Amino acid sequence: MRRVRVIGYETLGIAFALLVFGAPFYFMIVNAGKDAKGASLLNMEWPSSPQFWENIRAVIEVRDYLLVRAFVNSTALTLFSIVFLVLFCAMAGFVLQRRRERATPVYEFLILSGLIIPPAIVPTIWVLDGVGLFKTLLGLILVEVALGFPFSVLLYKNFMATVPREIDEAAILDGCGGLRLFFRIIMPLLQPVTATIVVLSSVTIFNDFTNPLYFLPGARNVTVQLTLYNFQSQFVTQYNLLFANILLITIPPFILFLIFNKRIVAGMTAGSLKA
Amino acid sequence: MKSIMFKRTYSYWFLVPAGIVYLLIFLLPTILSFFFSLTRWDLVDWTFIGLENFRMFFREQSLAIGFQNTLIYAVVTCFLKVVLGLFLGVLLTSKLRSKHLLRSILFFPTLVSTIAVGIAFSMMMHPSQGLINSALAAIGLSGPDWLGDTKLALLSVAFVDVWKGIGFAVVIYIAGIVSIPTDYYEALQIDGGGGWHKFWSIIVPLSRPATHSVIILSFIGGLRSFDLIWTMTKGGPGFTTDLIASIIYKQYQGGFYGLSTAGNVILFLIVAVLAVPLNMYLNRKEVER
Repeated sequence: MRRVRVIGYETLGIAFALLVFGAPFYFMIVNAGKDAKGASLLNMEWPSSPQFWENIRAVIEVRDYLLVRAFVNSTALTLFSIVFLVLFCAMAGFVLQRRRERATPVYEFLILSGLIIPPAIVPTIWVLDGVGLFKTLLGLILVEVALGFPFSVLLYKNFMATVPREIDEAAILDGCGGLRLFFRIIMPLLQPVTATIVVLSSVTIFNDFTNPLYFLPGARNVTVQLTLYNFQSQFVTQYNLLFANILLITIPPFILFLIFNKRIVAGMTAGSLKA
Repeated sequence: MKSIMFKRTYSYWFLVPAGIVYLLIFLLPTILSFFFSLTRWDLVDWTFIGLENFRMFFREQSLAIGFQNTLIYAVVTCFLKVVLGLFLGVLLTSKLRSKHLLRSILFFPTLVSTIAVGIAFSMMMHPSQGLINSALAAIGLSGPDWLGDTKLALLSVAFVDVWKGIGFAVVIYIAGIVSIPTDYYEALQIDGGGGWHKFWSIIVPLSRPATHSVIILSFIGGLRSFDLIWTMTKGGPGFTTDLIASIIYKQYQGGFYGLSTAGNVILFLIVAVLAVPLNMYLNRKEVER
């Protein structure tokens, strides 16, 4: 009897979760496969004559393959930001953890303040403009690196504390300089944190809307989130294409989710419980 | 000798790349914002106008509403994430066989683009055709105009924020609950406490570090929130759902750079004045325990 009740509750729980969390996704999917008229009804019915490929092709071809350019830009943005982020933060975390000095609390304060202070938008634009990087992909990459720095450097610093100093000492005795010690020995040991940061940041940066909106305006420079945002007002009569776009840009995070679910969860909890 | 070796190995040169980027792109603009918030500014020239921008923020109804809305939004999303996060966290650490599946379902929205979520929910909240109101109509209720009603719109968006972010809170709670030593449950069993007892006297107090993280992260996140409100309402109807972050964007678009920067400074001060003491208060409680 008790077993039956437990199974009953469980089924109810799953049904509820599927309804609340699954229905919106189902809604997005079915409407990506309808024609414009069907999608304007905004209902949950499975399309009578599914046209997923046609819609996806149509949305890709819109405005001279704008979406393709957006995907190229977003991919470049994500890739380069992560390369810089990983390299710079690992280097900084390495020295910050190994050297404990009088100035250390100051550095820590500056890093922690980066976790809570909202970035000052227009002054950042002014600075970027001053060095000729406003409206450039490199400028936006540097913004992503600067904003991702506090979280990533803390993860690296915490992990460095678990790498025994004896490893450094042995390497130094063998005649390793700082650079060789870091790149040959330490960096490979930091691999678990690097993996976490790569996965977490790629989702965050790929999904970022606010920073491209401010720092990379202009039609040539669009990212996938910006195109989706712009299509919202352009496709008021073609919701099917809007949803096809949503479907397309949800695929990359979905793949990451399928492969790295555990690592994402572990990274998020590790980062947040320590901060 | 050793110290020279030490300094050469752990050279400060390692800090330079990250340091330059962080200093130039984050710290410098933050410091500059305090100056530029006191000016009328077109990115080339500035005129010093003292506290005029801040006065404007408090006087203009369309700007002042941002304070109230930002606070409501942050408090509502934070509160719901704590309560639902704890509840779901307990549920998903119990003996449910499907808990791994449920965790994944709950967590996935965290990774989806906020813009996509915002667009989908705007359509689901459509007053006559939207899914939510159709579902309500099917059981004989007439749903409100979720995003068009000035009293309701902000809360509707806050609800979507919770929907998207709850997975993160749940994950933190699960980590917190799993780390509670099992001795406590055994002791409770010997003393003969029931399920409620277990919840109130063990799980709630001992998962406090998780509560702390969820409160701080979602409160600060709520104060800074922009994407979702911008996708779903653009601050409308009228100015009724404008948050400080959306006002910053509107003033920026209008070319009022000094005013926009003043908004940034205000947001900074609000975060500093509310979140930092809150964090200290929660920390103190933890030490006392």
